Amino acid sequence: MHNKSITELVNNLRNKQISCVELTKLFLERIKKYDQKLNSLITNTEAQALTDAALADQAIANGTAGLLTGLPILHKDIFCTNGVKTSCGSRMLDNFIAPYDATVVTKLKAAGTIMLGKTNMDEFAMGSSNETSYYGTVANPWNTEYVPGGSSGGSAAAIAARLAPAATGTDTGGSIRQPAAFCGITGIKPTYGLVSRFGMIAYASSLDQGGPMAVSAEDCAVMLQAMAGFDPKDSTSVDREAADYIKNLNDPINKLVIGMPKEFFSADLNPEIAKVVESAIKELEKLGATVKSISLPNSHLSIPAYYVIAPAECSSNLARYDGVRYGYRCENPVDLNDFYCRNRGEGFGAEVKRRIMIGTYVLSSGYYDAYYVKAQKIRHLIANDFITAFKEVDVIMCPTTPETAFKIGAKNKNPVDMYLNDIYTTGINLAGLPGLSMPAGFVNKLPVGVQIIGNYFQEAKILNVAHQFQKVTNWHKQSPQEFA
Amino acid sequence: MQWETVIGLEVHVQLNTKSKIFSGAATAYGAEPNTQACAIDLGLPGVLPVLNEEAVRMAVKFGLAVNSNIAKRSVFDRKNYFYPDLPKGYQISQFTHPIVIGGELNIDLEDGTTKTINITRAHLEEDAGKSLHEAFKGQTGIDLNRAGIPLLEIVSEPEMRNAAEAVAYLKKLHALVKYLGICDGNMQEGSFRCDANVSVRPLGQEKFGTRAEIKNVNSFKFVEKAINFEVTRQIEILESGGTVIQETRLYDSQKNDTRSMRSKEEANDYRYFPDPDLEPLVISAAFIEKIKQELPELPTAKHARFMTQYNLSDYEANILTETKAIADFYESTVKIAGMNNSKTTANLMIGELNAALNKDALEIENCPINVEQLAKLVQRVADNTLSGKLAKTVFEFMWQQPQDPDLIIEQQGLKQVTDTSAIEKIIDTVIANNQKQLAEYRAGKQQLFGFFVGQVMKASQGKANPDQVNKILQGKLS
Repeated sequence: MHNKSITELVNNLRNKQISCVELTKLFLERIKKYDQKLNSLITNTEAQALTDAALADQAIANGTAGLLTGLPILHKDIFCTNGVKTSCGSRMLDNFIAPYDATVVTKLKAAGTIMLGKTNMDEFAMGSSNETSYYGTVANPWNTEYVPGGSSGGSAAAIAARLAPAATGTDTGGSIRQPAAFCGITGIKPTYGLVSRFGMIAYASSLDQGGPMAVSAEDCAVMLQAMAGFDPKDSTSVDREAADYIKNLNDPINKLVIGMPKEFFSADLNPEIAKVVESAIKELEKLGATVKSISLPNSHLSIPAYYVIAPAECSSNLARYDGVRYGYRCENPVDLNDFYCRNRGEGFGAEVKRRIMIGTYVLSSGYYDAYYVKAQKIRHLIANDFITAFKEVDVIMCPTTPETAFKIGAKNKNPVDMYLNDIYTTGINLAGLPGLSMPAGFVNKLPVGVQIIGNYFQEAKILNVAHQFQKVTNWHKQSPQEFA
Repeated sequence: MQWETVIGLEVHVQLNTKSKIFSGAATAYGAEPNTQACAIDLGLPGVLPVLNEEAVRMAVKFGLAVNSNIAKRSVFDRKNYFYPDLPKGYQISQFTHPIVIGGELNIDLEDGTTKTINITRAHLEEDAGKSLHEAFKGQTGIDLNRAGIPLLEIVSEPEMRNAAEAVAYLKKLHALVKYLGICDGNMQEGSFRCDANVSVRPLGQEKFGTRAEIKNVNSFKFVEKAINFEVTRQIEILESGGTVIQETRLYDSQKNDTRSMRSKEEANDYRYFPDPDLEPLVISAAFIEKIKQELPELPTAKHARFMTQYNLSDYEANILTETKAIADFYESTVKIAGMNNSKTTANLMIGELNAALNKDALEIENCPINVEQLAKLVQRVADNTLSGKLAKTVFEFMWQQPQDPDLIIEQQGLKQVTDTSAIEKIIDTVIANNQKQLAEYRAGKQQLFGFFVGQVMKASQGKANPDQVNKILQGKLS
């Protein structure tokens, strides 16, 4: 049952082959059994889930079921959930009970999903290994000595271990795609503005985008259908006609033109990873797709530009965590300055502080033009590279990460080494494009992800390509034996 | 050495929108602390700002009224600094690309001439909350009702040369924003706040002196006093060989002095950058055109119209167009009282009504007498029921207890006596009782005429029609 697709599960629920309560219990049991090893959840909302499941059963009985009624899911702990702790992986918000639902949470609730809990994550989504979480590192289900990636590491690990059929994630520089790749699941970061950011705790506002993480592209399509859409509460949300992500999944891809950026397949790329990506592209060629070599000449600038813009925005976005109105508050402050310094000094972890410091520096007068303004110019160049490329190709394919999951503790002494993990993903956020990662093989028994990048609002296209691949391959169906 | 004062003003105009600039919370003044602050105003995790279109409309309205360029594209920036009553740790403002660029305001100087003060810019921003340092012993209370209230910050060029000009500019601006209906103008409640940049330079020197920014000058009187104090302070420093330092100074209205808040070196680095949560504000020509059509009559135009339409003097028109509320009150009264009574209405408003309002420190908006009642009073003067003097008396009664003047005239028996035979009867009695004075008058002591008038009025308890009394008396005395 726990290996079934979302569509199958929803059908089983509709046909009363299993009740919502039973299905919810099944996944809650799996969480109980396995999550001690993984630490993928920060908060378990079992009691509420069972209540909601009983209501979902009534809805099905009454014939008022929605798209996803009765489907148990997990929310990354970056999404505000009314009445439930929303920590963002930080000591700062360890005591924060959100008084409202994020729009994504509202929409998924309206579609009928049942929240089982909130997933672990890098603190304020800053990290590529889930090691910066206040709630401890998450283990990769494929090898528990390895990281699951980040920042949506808890969601990725939980899906890989089949603790839930689907989870929400957010992606600022690769935080959906990289953990999806490390854990052998499918995840999509939509076009910036497609999914509302309201109630999604901000890291870097101009880059943050929520999206689904699940076993397959088909499951992601179903989830995205429920999550996407204009939100008047988010001024950066795009008001456009709703797309259908499910309808086109089975479209043939015999006319598809795939772009391979030569910069991403250089000699620097790990040959084993290259092999996996190239064989995935070959599968698509077998289905009729053609391949074209393209160039993204400014792609080498994406990491430096990202690590100026994201920290700049984060330094301002995280200024609200001062302990005045909510959140962590130190004991016995001597004055206002001490109050601020200790609330923030004790409430934030090292990586968050590092990025706040970098961001504060690049925005300060005298440095602003040299860093922030320049990075914004680079951002335009990077976006233009993609815009140019998409005149010739339908999708762009490349590795999601330069290597497979690394050992817990292997990189957390060297931030730059850690940042380089996002080398193939950050450019897509800078350009605001949609990108998907899907499993396409293994290296040393660890999953390898392939990234499919689409033009703006071409989510249906990249989901279609990924689904066609998954119809003829079994990589997405692999799951770690320890959690079978 | 002769010194010249240079003043530039930054005025924060609180826009009277119903809801806040980036949230749906209410903006009404005086509510219980923190009852008008929603999740967005509190800066809770994950909340996002959505721009209030009404605030934009008001900013455009102002821009059009002062002949500004309305920016087709303006940008909201974040001004970053920490303060407990600043919930997000930044204020959303417009730094590099404001919505209103340039503009001008003509001010009336004491010598009767006018001077044009150029406006540099005006931009939209959100207000911060309030820190209440006195309310709790040893603690500071935070009230976030004000957080997110829309402000239009209007920055003038440094073109004013003395405190009187600065006050004239502020008064003109104050009247204008009230005219436009974009601000209630209540200075006690902080709806119209002013910071003054003041410097001095040797007369004839082109280069500006070092300026001090004076904060917290929230009445016309204090602006004048604060500037004059600051000018004296700076001149004293310079004349004793010192140098003025660039700093922010706080005006203390109780001590009537300014004291240093922070120097330039201590000034915050606000780390401005475009707010990624808000798209650039793009305004279409059609949007601007629509507001242009809806623009109310501006003070200068109204003044000219009052002179021609109501046959008023420059002086009368000035007073009656000082605020839109006064002008509206006047026009509504004339509308009921009749066009031919426009002068009488003006006289009553400029005389009795103004004096009463001043005495009780009331604005016309809170006038206890309504336009119907005032119009009726005007009519009773016009139809000779009341003399000017009786009208004053009736007005006093109305002010104490507002009601229909006819009722007051009836109850108090204040109807003017215009019956010729009745007046003649009184006059005859007065003459009979004052034979000595009559003889003296007839002998040539002309000034005794006033004595007789006084006696007649006294005998009639002030109710005899003065014109008729004059006329009849003249006949009878000669």
